[in-house]
Amino acid sequence: MRDQTAVVGIGTTEFAKQLESTERRLALEAIASALADAGLAPSEVDGMACYSMESTEEIDIARNLGFGDVTYFSKVPYGGGAGCGVVGQAAMAVAAGQCSVAVAWRSRKRGARASRPWAGVAQRVGSDQQRWTRPYGLLRPVDEIAVLTRRYMHDYGGTRDHLANVALGARHHANNNPAATMGHKVMTREDYMAARWISEPLCLFDNCLETDGACAVVITSAERARDLPQPPALLHSWAQSLPAQHQTMTNFFCDDPLRGPAWACADKLWSLSEVGPADVDVAQLYDAFSPLVILSLEGYGFCQRGEGGPFTDDGGIEIGGRLPVNTSGGGMSEAYLHGFNLIVEAVRQVRGTSTNQVRDAEFSLVTSGEGVPTGAILFRSDR
Amino acid sequence: MQEEMLLPELDEESAPFFDYAAAGELRVQRCSACGTRRVPPRPMCHACGSTDVEWELLSGRGRVWSFAVPHPPLLPAYAAVAPYNVVVVEAEEDPAIRFVGNLVGSADGPLNEIDPESIEIGEPVTVVFSSPVDDGLGPVVLPRWVRAS
Ligand SMILES: [Zn+2]
Repeated sequence: MRDQTAVVGIGTTEFAKQLESTERRLALEAIASALADAGLAPSEVDGMACYSMESTEEIDIARNLGFGDVTYFSKVPYGGGAGCGVVGQAAMAVAAGQCSVAVAWRSRKRGARASRPWAGVAQRVGSDQQRWTRPYGLLRPVDEIAVLTRRYMHDYGGTRDHLANVALGARHHANNNPAATMGHKVMTREDYMAARWISEPLCLFDNCLETDGACAVVITSAERARDLPQPPALLHSWAQSLPAQHQTMTNFFCDDPLRGPAWACADKLWSLSEVGPADVDVAQLYDAFSPLVILSLEGYGFCQRGEGGPFTDDGGIEIGGRLPVNTSGGGMSEAYLHGFNLIVEAVRQVRGTSTNQVRDAEFSLVTSGEGVPTGAILFRSDR
Repeated sequence: MQEEMLLPELDEESAPFFDYAAAGELRVQRCSACGTRRVPPRPMCHACGSTDVEWELLSGRGRVWSFAVPHPPLLPAYAAVAPYNVVVVEAEEDPAIRFVGNLVGSADGPLNEIDPESIEIGEPVTVVFSSPVDDGLGPVVLPRWVRAS
């Protein structure tokens, strides 16, 4: 399906720490906005894909927006690992002829009851992800990633300065993006080093934001895309991965815990591409936590294992650097919507409309969560 | 909001681990057919597909593979002792067999008993077992770790 489908519309709501609107209304607003951007009527939509964590059902979305007869719908699990798989599966359905115009979206409110991490926690915890970790006080995703980060630092000599490079790069990009919730806030290396711990060795600024908002994209065939108003963002290749013996987040029970899902995803992605990591002009790397960006740089082949930290030195992941990363500010400084705003920004880069535009960007990579079953998309401009 | 420290919900696969812990033993599942160890316990061997298992007694000795030091916001019972350590320990018998737990000074010591600054990756540790904790659903004994003497 290489280059056979394209994202032709993008839409976002306002991003904020707290919005009045419901997740349902935010989803409808973002999807309507993406369809308007694409120049397509809701009645033409016949495909839908979303995260399994999405709180609004497909029937509700379709009925409200006035979709036509929907002939493809799918959901992808694993929270922040889902995003690229959601868009990729919708595109695959278009390529396979199961639908012709598909929408994919994520709407999330951190204040919503379902997303409060400790609402309704019982004293007894089940599931293999929780039973063996939670009783000992490994309670939050940040604690799970802190364990992996400390081992990474031990094995490869990673430093807090490397993690700071990720946080500062995102903030510098956000400072140029009016839609970023942290756009008006300056962060210095001293600010980073002085921030309070959340789970050592990770501090407040190693964590993503908590955001209310929604994003959506519209996907159709590359052929049709060329008749629509926006420059197409071709899906050059995409991949998902749930690697052998992986256990989501608490991936401590395998031979090589630091080799996460990114590696298997990258193998598939590059095998389906005409190009390799050296040809990528700009990347949106999933950043719920700063170390995930460093692991993803290694996993997707931009450097060797253990070299992800130094790769970020001297502005390496900022505009003008080796590989500009998270050019909207990403999950750490624009908005955290389980990575869907990263997908929107990856599309902007091939359109040439980012507020931190990489000049003549042709290949634009976006990845979903590292540390969980994941996905990635390599977009290509149509020229 | 949950006020107490959390406990494992036991099921068919996990209950034997905690039963052995109550008897003062650290045991792991081992496939009866091919000998492959598996942690956490689960129904089927990924190497050969067998569902027959034995529970192998381990020495209880291991090394700190990594650790985190959580700070609030946390559930109240954990916030009360934060910052504390959560260690991942690799078993002496097989470095790929790892356990999440706490490094404590004694079996029933508080989670913040050990200065986190003093903990080192690779340091040798030995399993100990907590006194039974009962939330009304039956007593549970948790394995914990002390510095090897
Ligand atoms: Zn076996």
